Amino acid sequence: MLKRLLENMKEKKLLWPSVALLSICLINFFSIPNFFTIVVKDGHLFGSVIDILNRSSVLIIMSIGMTLVIATRGIDISVGAVAAVSGAVACTMIDAGQPLFAAIAAALMVSMLCGIWNGLLVAKLGIQCMVGTLILMIVGRGIAMLITGGQIVTVTSEAYSYLANGFLFGLPFSLFITAFVTIVILFFVRKTAYGLFLEAAGTNPSATKFAGINASNIIFIAYVISGVTAGISGLLISSNIKAADSIHAGHWKELDAILATVIGGTSMLGGRAYIGGTIIGALFIQSITTTIYAMGVPPEITLIVKAVVIIIVTLMQSDELRMMFSRLRKSERLTI
Amino acid sequence: MANQEIKMETKKSPIINIAHMTKVFPGVKALDDVSMDLLEGEVHALMGENGAGKSTLINVLTGVIPMDSGTILYNGQKAEFHSPQQAQQAGISTVYQEVNLCLNLTVAENIFIGREPKKLGAIDWKKMNADAAELLERFDIHVDVKEQLSTYPVAIQQMVAIVRAVDISAKVLVLDEPTSSLDEKEVQQLFSVMRRLKEQGMSIVFITHFINQVYEIADRITVLRNGKFVGTFDTDKLTYMNLVSTMIGREFEEMVAEKKTEIDYSKSPNIIELRNFGKKGKIKPLDLEIKEGEVLGLAGLLGSGRTELARLIFGIDKNDSGVIYVHNEQIKRMYPQKSIKLGLAFCPEDRKEDGIFGELSIKENIVCAYQSSIGVLQKIPKSKQEELANKYVESLEIKTPSLNQKINKLSGGNQQKVILARSLATQPKMLILDEPTRGIDIGSRTEIQKMILRLAKEGMTILLISSELEEISACCDRVVVVRDREMVAMLEHTEVNESSIMKKIAQGGEN
Repeated sequence: MLKRLLENMKEKKLLWPSVALLSICLINFFSIPNFFTIVVKDGHLFGSVIDILNRSSVLIIMSIGMTLVIATRGIDISVGAVAAVSGAVACTMIDAGQPLFAAIAAALMVSMLCGIWNGLLVAKLGIQCMVGTLILMIVGRGIAMLITGGQIVTVTSEAYSYLANGFLFGLPFSLFITAFVTIVILFFVRKTAYGLFLEAAGTNPSATKFAGINASNIIFIAYVISGVTAGISGLLISSNIKAADSIHAGHWKELDAILATVIGGTSMLGGRAYIGGTIIGALFIQSITTTIYAMGVPPEITLIVKAVVIIIVTLMQSDELRMMFSRLRKSERLTI
Repeated sequence: MANQEIKMETKKSPIINIAHMTKVFPGVKALDDVSMDLLEGEVHALMGENGAGKSTLINVLTGVIPMDSGTILYNGQKAEFHSPQQAQQAGISTVYQEVNLCLNLTVAENIFIGREPKKLGAIDWKKMNADAAELLERFDIHVDVKEQLSTYPVAIQQMVAIVRAVDISAKVLVLDEPTSSLDEKEVQQLFSVMRRLKEQGMSIVFITHFINQVYEIADRITVLRNGKFVGTFDTDKLTYMNLVSTMIGREFEEMVAEKKTEIDYSKSPNIIELRNFGKKGKIKPLDLEIKEGEVLGLAGLLGSGRTELARLIFGIDKNDSGVIYVHNEQIKRMYPQKSIKLGLAFCPEDRKEDGIFGELSIKENIVCAYQSSIGVLQKIPKSKQEELANKYVESLEIKTPSLNQKINKLSGGNQQKVILARSLATQPKMLILDEPTRGIDIGSRTEIQKMILRLAKEGMTILLISSELEEISACCDRVVVVRDREMVAMLEHTEVNESSIMKKIAQGGEN
């Protein structure tokens, strides 16, 4: 039974990310007192675990879009900038007295346009994905600054702040947003044939023609989804700090999203999209950050600690390395 | 086979002697006991259809891949190279079809990269450029050596590659399809370089598909077929016809199936009708009718335009002249999705490149084309997918432990059956099969041939492209012969036999 479960997890590439996440949890359990303690305060749940989940939302949502793009053999390095644009649109509109829903809808529309732009460049015009999305990565923050007039726009709307800071049924509201986005995308990918075509196009683009699959449309949609998920993340980021910070919002987040995807088992060479793995990867990255702070690691070496942990995890995932080990073990046995 | 070895001329001695070379890849014997020798100062053509083992032979010889058994004698001494660099140091250089030089560097830099003339520790540019110019002059190649290599046509690039190889003291030069992207004038230029090298005592192995060129330049010809050594022949003693027949092969393997019953399809309705249909540089405009229920063969050597025609019909490439009618209805623009909807299916020639989705399961590989024909939103339910996949795994006898097995893990023959299953799952009225039995083991080959005949009997229209003449003549009602990107003959069913097809393939060149 356990063996079957392990096999299944291996098949779905969930094994190694899960092992990594569990080990971080174990380390925390022994080294940080009350890490797993959850207390009820004012009817809300509080604790390190809840905190990690809450803070992971931004990365999880962004990484799911990234996973689809990477599965097409692509990459979208503009997601951090798109998040900044989205936050800028929403905050500026709220600040100007527009209704909340209009502001959110406009922000998501603009993010979608960003995705369409990337999709046009990469899927329709055949521009190298890294270069194609680099354009928006650079110009996105410029657009965001243009929208906010170069200022950090702060909002006082309690309703807007609720997105990232509010609680529903005792849980952070952002968890519900994350769950909703995950379910909608999973539904689209797995309950329609989109996922099949996506993975086919990522595995062997030239074979799609003979199978009658329009690869460029499929890849285009992946970039559009990535734009929208980046936009949702942008809303959460700005809602959390109740302000649109065009320069710092989502800064370097694209790299975390790529990392979460890769840790989750999706190959940069395209093919399978492991959305479940990506979520675990994102949780893992957030856990390290939180753990490093909780353990009181001096700030000047936090980045190095993070890097070391990530090196270990990526090495764990390397088939090549594991094969080397098993060969070593075999040769040891032979010599004995 | 030993009796086919030719007598050595008195003056020349072999520089390379390959004996009993064997190389097995999973599921296929790429080289099966191949022996050949290369004499000093000869141009030796290596011929055979795709998958015959030419590239494998060269790769083993030059140390790209190790051989399983056999020996290589180089200058009379046993040699086995473990890398192309090692072979090159020993004097065996290879120039590939895709020039592997640095296009962004100058001509001179390309010739001297890695061994630049130095003065006081820095590169002596003056000397390098002068040396390069002089070297090229010797071969009648007049270019500005300070220009970027990319500014010159492929022919020049190739010659630069050859000159570079020669200058690194090569004794043996392997040219892997050097002429496939050259025009007639450039070919002549290349040949004059080759002749000059030959005079200097260089031995050249020349791989090509172009028979005319072989007769122009080669002293001897070695033919491989399906990984086996067929023979080495003196060019002047081997007729055109005989060369074609040795390449394509006439020995019948256990082709059990009896030929289809002789039905006259000329009165049947057209499923496809082409009028003045063609594309520049792919296939000259032609008229063709494909009748419902017939098996139409498309015969010709590789690069003759057979695959190109099929791709145009299926809409992967766009025709630039003429019209196509499907079921007597003119179709303005064919594209794969539309073709599938109209009842066409295409099993491509290059299984790895155009066929399989390596990371996906057998089940997914089978259902994807059918899924694309019903659209992205309406996903085929899991149970239906399994039913569909199971049906074809059983009827095509695909050997796999599970439907969820990655297709990468299957043998070539089974992969081919999965691709066939993918096409059949769309319930096509017409099936285009491009080299359905290429590069797979004999067992699966016979099974697939039987399957083609069974489908034909059930009334499927089939366009069969194959280099195996026995396959074409056993399966087809009519045969279209293409040569040099032009349709040269249409053989009606009474004329369909191997020798008539072969004649048509060879004749074109002599007219």
